[in-house]
Amino acid sequence: MSAARPQDLACRELVEILTDFLDGALDERTRTQVEQHLVLCPGCTEYLRQFRATIGSARKLAEEDLPPRVRENLLDVFRHWRHGS
Amino acid sequence: MAAAVSSEGSREGPDATRGAALPLLTPEDRALVERLRAGDEATFLAFVEKNHRAMIRVAMGYVSSEGIAEEVVQEAWVGILQGLAKFEGRCPLRAWMFRILINCAKMRGGREARSVPFSALESDNPEGERRPVETFRPPDDPRWPGHWARGPERWTDERLADAEALTRIKAEIEKLPPNQRQVITLRDIEDWDSAEVCEALGISEANQRVLLHRARTRVRQALAGWAAEETP
Repeated sequence: MSAARPQDLACRELVEILTDFLDGALDERTRTQVEQHLVLCPGCTEYLRQFRATIGSARKLAEEDLPPRVRENLLDVFRHWRHGS
Repeated sequence: MAAAVSSEGSREGPDATRGAALPLLTPEDRALVERLRAGDEATFLAFVEKNHRAMIRVAMGYVSSEGIAEEVVQEAWVGILQGLAKFEGRCPLRAWMFRILINCAKMRGGREARSVPFSALESDNPEGERRPVETFRPPDDPRWPGHWARGPERWTDERLADAEALTRIKAEIEKLPPNQRQVITLRDIEDWDSAEVCEALGISEANQRVLLHRARTRVRQALAGWAAEETP
C-alpha cells in the first residue's frame, strides 16, 4: 500500500476500492473510512460521482434495438430447430 | 421394459421436446424453458431481444470482427436450442447460455484471450485524447501522501447526456481485454447481479470485482477530460 498513516485512507487507495464499496464488499472498518473520507474530500466525491455516472451511462447501451435482419435469421434458426428435432 | 429408460445410456437426457425436469430453477426460468421447449416463437424472440446484444459484446472479445461475432452468437443460439432438452437447471439459465456462447467464441477465436496487459493499453492514444487528467501526490509526500495532487475536474451534465458519451463508452468497452469486457457488459450494461456473472464466467466474486473495477476505471478515464470540457 502507500505511506498513508494508519486511520488515513489515501485518495489513491480510495479510488481503487470503489467497486468493492459500491458492491457492499468492504469490511465494516474500511467502509467507514471510505464514508468519512468522502465527507471531507471533494476530489474523491467528484470521482465517485463520475464513477457512478459512467455506470449509469453504460446501462443505456442495453436499450439499443436489434436489427430486423438478426431477428429474422434467428427466427429461422428457431423454426428449423423446432421442426428438425 | 418399463424400466429401460433409466438403465440405458446413463448420460442421455430425456427426449428432445419433453426435456429434463428443472427443480432447481426459479419459477420464471422454469416457465421460460418450458415455453421454449414447446416451440413458442414469441417467447424466443423476446428472449433473443433481451440477450442478443450482450452476447455479441461478449463474443467480440474473442473474435476479430462484429460479423464473426454475429456468426458465433448465431451458432451459440443453435447450441442453446439443441441443449435445451438436456438442460437440467443446475445453474441459472442465463449463466448456462453464456457458457455455451463463450465456448463457441473461444473455439472460433482460436487465440483465446486477446489479453493485452493493462499497462500496454495506456499508451494506446490514437487521437491524442487520453491525457492524464488527474494525478496523486507521491507516497513520500510529507503531508498528504497518495492524496490528490490534481483532482478530477467536474463533469458537465450536458456532456454526459450527449449521445457522444455513449459512443465513447461503447468504443472503450470494445477495446477492453475479453474478461474485463465480459464482466462490465453483464454487470453494468445488462445489470446482472454479481453472483450470476460469477457463475456464467466461472470466476470468483473477488476476481470479478477486480475485473469490473479495471473496466470501469478505463471507461471513466475515457470520458474524463472530454466530459469536463465546456460544451461548445
